[in-house]
Amino acid sequence: MRSPALWVGLAILLFWIACALLGSRMTPLDPYADDLLATLAPPSMAHWFGTDQLWRDVLSRVIIGARDILIVAPLATALGSVLGTVLGLLIGYARGAADDIVSRVIEALQALPLVIVALMALAAVGTSNATVVLVIGFVFTPLIARTVRAATLNEVDLDYVAAARLRGDGALAIMFIEILPNVLPVALVEMTVRLGYAIFFVASLSFIGFGIQPPSADWGIAIAENYSLIGSYWWTVLFDAAATASLIIGVNLVADGLQGLFEL
Amino acid sequence: MLKFLMKRALLSLITLAILSIFVFLGGQLLPGDVGRAVLGPLADARSVAAFNHQMGVDRALPIQYWDWISHFVTGDMGRSFSFRAPVAPFVADALINSLKLAALAFVLVVPLGIAGGVWAALRAGRWSDRSLVLLGQSLGIVPEFISSIVLILIFGVWLRWLPMSADWPEGAGALTQIRYLILPALPPVLIFFGYIARVARVGTIEALNADYTRTAILKGLPWSTVLRRHVLRNALLPTITVTASLIGYLVGGLVVVETLFHYRGMGGLIYSAAKAKDFPMLEAAVLTVGAVYALASLLADLLSSTLNPRIRSGRT
Repeated sequence: MRSPALWVGLAILLFWIACALLGSRMTPLDPYADDLLATLAPPSMAHWFGTDQLWRDVLSRVIIGARDILIVAPLATALGSVLGTVLGLLIGYARGAADDIVSRVIEALQALPLVIVALMALAAVGTSNATVVLVIGFVFTPLIARTVRAATLNEVDLDYVAAARLRGDGALAIMFIEILPNVLPVALVEMTVRLGYAIFFVASLSFIGFGIQPPSADWGIAIAENYSLIGSYWWTVLFDAAATASLIIGVNLVADGLQGLFEL
Repeated sequence: MLKFLMKRALLSLITLAILSIFVFLGGQLLPGDVGRAVLGPLADARSVAAFNHQMGVDRALPIQYWDWISHFVTGDMGRSFSFRAPVAPFVADALINSLKLAALAFVLVVPLGIAGGVWAALRAGRWSDRSLVLLGQSLGIVPEFISSIVLILIFGVWLRWLPMSADWPEGAGALTQIRYLILPALPPVLIFFGYIARVARVGTIEALNADYTRTAILKGLPWSTVLRRHVLRNALLPTITVTASLIGYLVGGLVVVETLFHYRGMGGLIYSAAKAKDFPMLEAAVLTVGAVYALASLLADLLSSTLNPRIRSGRT
């Protein structure tokens, strides 16, 4: 294929999905078991990535650490994409006052960095995997809606929409049967881009204690737990940091590749 | 000009009003029972009721909102649940700290980003252009806590050039403060470098291909004059608008960086207020960030309309 970036991205993504799915069978050592002879041991043949302060094997924990973030971030993205696509279609098709009002509200929300909107909402409703999915999904909804709205506005004046109207199709049928397939590539690329941000976001929230909760082996949590040791025991944070970065870069390569594929 | 400004200011006010409703609902409605959320599931029902009454959160929502916002605009931002003291001084201190960090990150990232973007545009399509764009893009998607940790490892632990936290000693001078702020300022610089460079690059390429640039070259102006007077002046307009949205983020969005480096700015304040479920503090801080953003984008509009008269007359 023409796009090596897409394939490299897919390979990284599939690797981490495999870790998430098969994690407990792939780990060389039990990620929760402690090896009392090796506290904070540096990388060695027995522990390739060393051990952490609770005597646990870092490599095994990095492998199963992919699991929760690969559940929470895609679910949040899916929620935001479905809601955002529906909202974007509705306001793009309706135009007029409804569009003006919703667009102004979206603009107001964009005045704030997403992370503080999420923090405020999570402080109010409490932190769990489910609330993190809901909050990030809702925070993403207006962003995706804005993109889909713009794509819808490009479609509504085209002949096939006018033809469907003349045929007597209802507004909902026109939106979801006629227009949706034509804005789907835009929505799909936006969704992949958002997935990258969702992983960015969930990892950051987990790092500050408002995302995935212990005892998960999640990378963000692992980095937060071992961060104070960074001066002498770099291996307790660096491998988790590299894992997080590689996953996000992988997803973004896929997003770039798709964008090229659809020639957007 | 004045009419244009008035219109823009009015729009900002509407945006802020909508935002204040969201912030209020986020702090008062979302938790359900505020007293229960603050005091925890084990608290006695009577103390929850007493807390709600004392804090005035048992009143009708529109009355509470009016009470909150009418005091807010006069500078009375309410009383903190955790500190049992007015919120405003905490927000003011944090805002000053955040502005220091934001200013340092800003003066680092904007010139770097513009220089990178213009440099890439002059080599558009070549290998060096593509690698700069790719570098900026990759740096922009790595979370701040990851880049912070790598930076701390390199400059704090291994090279020992810079302090690992932003906690400068009491009474430190400006230069010492800057030294302590360099490391925390770098993660947002890495995030936004690619973004600014991309916008500056596209603007420059457009200006390079424009008719007026061709005319300027053909009439024999020296290349440096063409670049300065014709290309850059037009190329940097979109960049100004983009840097404005940066200010809102730099002042309020550095939650992770400020927590990591133990810095008491707006992000750190919002984080600790969220942790303590101190809703009055949270609402005040979040709305202040919104106000800073609104002000910054107003300034950006003012600046672009000074540079480009077509914007204020509405003809584009």
